[in-house]
Amino acid sequence: MTAVALTVNGKAVTGDVDPRTLLVQFLRENLRLTGTHVGCDTSQCGACVVHVNGKAIKSCTVFVWQIEGANITTIEGLAEPNGPLHPMQEAFREHHGLQCGYCTPGMIMTAIDMVNRKGHELDDPTIRHELEGNLCRCTGYHNIVKAIAAGAKAMKGHVQVQS
Amino acid sequence: MYAFTQHRPATVRQAASLLTKQEEAKLLAGGHTLIPTMKLRLAGPKHLVDLSKVEGLSGIEMKGRSLVVGAMTTHVEVETSPIMKESIPALAGLAGKIGDPAVRHRGTIGGSIANNDPNADYPAAVLGLGATIITNKRRIHADEFFKGLFETALEDDEIITKVQFPKVNKAAYVKFPNPASRYALVGVFVSKRSSEIRVVVTGAGANGVFRVTTFEEALKKRFGPKSIEGLTVPADGMASDIHGSAEYRAHLVGVLARRAVAAAA
Ligand SMILES: Cc1cc2nc3c(=O)[nH]c(=O)nc-3n(C[C@H](O)[C@H](O)[C@H](O)COP(=O)(O)OP(=O)(O)OC[C@H]3O[C@@H](n4cnc5c(N)ncnc54)[C@H](O)[C@@H]3O)c2cc1C
Ligand code: FES
Ligand code: FES
Repeated sequence: MTAVALTVNGKAVTGDVDPRTLLVQFLRENLRLTGTHVGCDTSQCGACVVHVNGKAIKSCTVFVWQIEGANITTIEGLAEPNGPLHPMQEAFREHHGLQCGYCTPGMIMTAIDMVNRKGHELDDPTIRHELEGNLCRCTGYHNIVKAIAAGAKAMKGHVQVQS
Repeated sequence: MYAFTQHRPATVRQAASLLTKQEEAKLLAGGHTLIPTMKLRLAGPKHLVDLSKVEGLSGIEMKGRSLVVGAMTTHVEVETSPIMKESIPALAGLAGKIGDPAVRHRGTIGGSIANNDPNADYPAAVLGLGATIITNKRRIHADEFFKGLFETALEDDEIITKVQFPKVNKAAYVKFPNPASRYALVGVFVSKRSSEIRVVVTGAGANGVFRVTTFEEALKKRFGPKSIEGLTVPADGMASDIHGSAEYRAHLVGVLARRAVAAAA
């Protein structure tokens, strides 16, 4: 077993884990943050995307001890429990960017990372290229692309609640 | 996944000594090849020697006429580095086409080169620019480094620390990504440095990355896409699988080589 300490959605957390524990397992099973999903477990689908020190990564492809001390944001950390949704979440709701919702947490975390790197004016080809690591079996992507373009604009001036 | 013990050395020397002392030890860089392989139980190292705490293994700097890239430099760092975009834009562009943004945030140049996947992108640039791989033991020229599918000149306890890329006059990389995996179904890297011309193919060869000397000779007369019009590579020696036949890959080599030369010229 190995001891780990991280900051998750602004809170300090610790754990004593088998070295094989992946970040996504730690989030879901130890912290019960089940908003982060496992779609493939083969690093391809992006359902497990979270932010590690502000960067989108696939949490199924990193051992939790590898990022000891890091600052993690998951889908649960984007908005206050009873407060308004994050502008990107709101844009997915408004533009019907989800059907079953399984891919959505990863899509939203990837979309916010995209805005952080590429700015608020995102055209279709940019969004589609940036979404190469996120699969959706339901929507056919059109509304996801629309939602991200709108969410990117709406994020202007938005201040992240935690972390 | 099989159980293992993890180690987090602070220096290259400590990492190397762990590799020699521990039975069945393996280096861990970005983990974006090794972790999926371990999940499938295709790899089962008893010890993982993580390089992320080792000092001085990442970053990009200009040294004379060469760009030196640390082994732990991530794909996104190469993609967005101002000095890389200025000096070897083809290499920055190649890094930006690897996988997807999340993969580029973790994957490293050292891991990619050490792994030598026949469909990986970096081996094309390393061979295509005539780079030098610097390890804890020696310097290895790209021509001597890649030894076939997933095989390299690296010894068991050898660690890549840096890759040194010479600046060239012209270079370009054109990739036909596998629509599912984003790895190169075929990718062609071309470069021209004074009289030295290189045309390197990844993804297509049954034995990994290779140079196309017939194209290189033709381009010596004039470096333009017309010089290699009509030239082909034999389908014999190309990989063939559900993603594409040997004939199809051989055809793509010609098409992509012309596009790469046009982009570089
Ligand atoms: C979904 C997905 C899509 C991808 N798409 C592409 C793509 O389009 N093109 C592409 O080229 N690649 C692609 N990759 C692979 C990616 O680029 C990997 O990051 C890379 O191949 C391995 O780098 P790593 O840092 O993750 O290495 P690791 O997985 O940590 O290590 C890989 C191997 O290299 C060894 N190693 C690592 N560092 C060193 C070192 N410094 N010295 C000696 N040995 C070392 C390890 O022991 C291990 O055997 C993809 C990966 C995924 C998961
Ligand atoms: S569960 Fe991580 S990429 Fe699919
Ligand atoms: S909404 Fe169902 S997988 Fe995307």
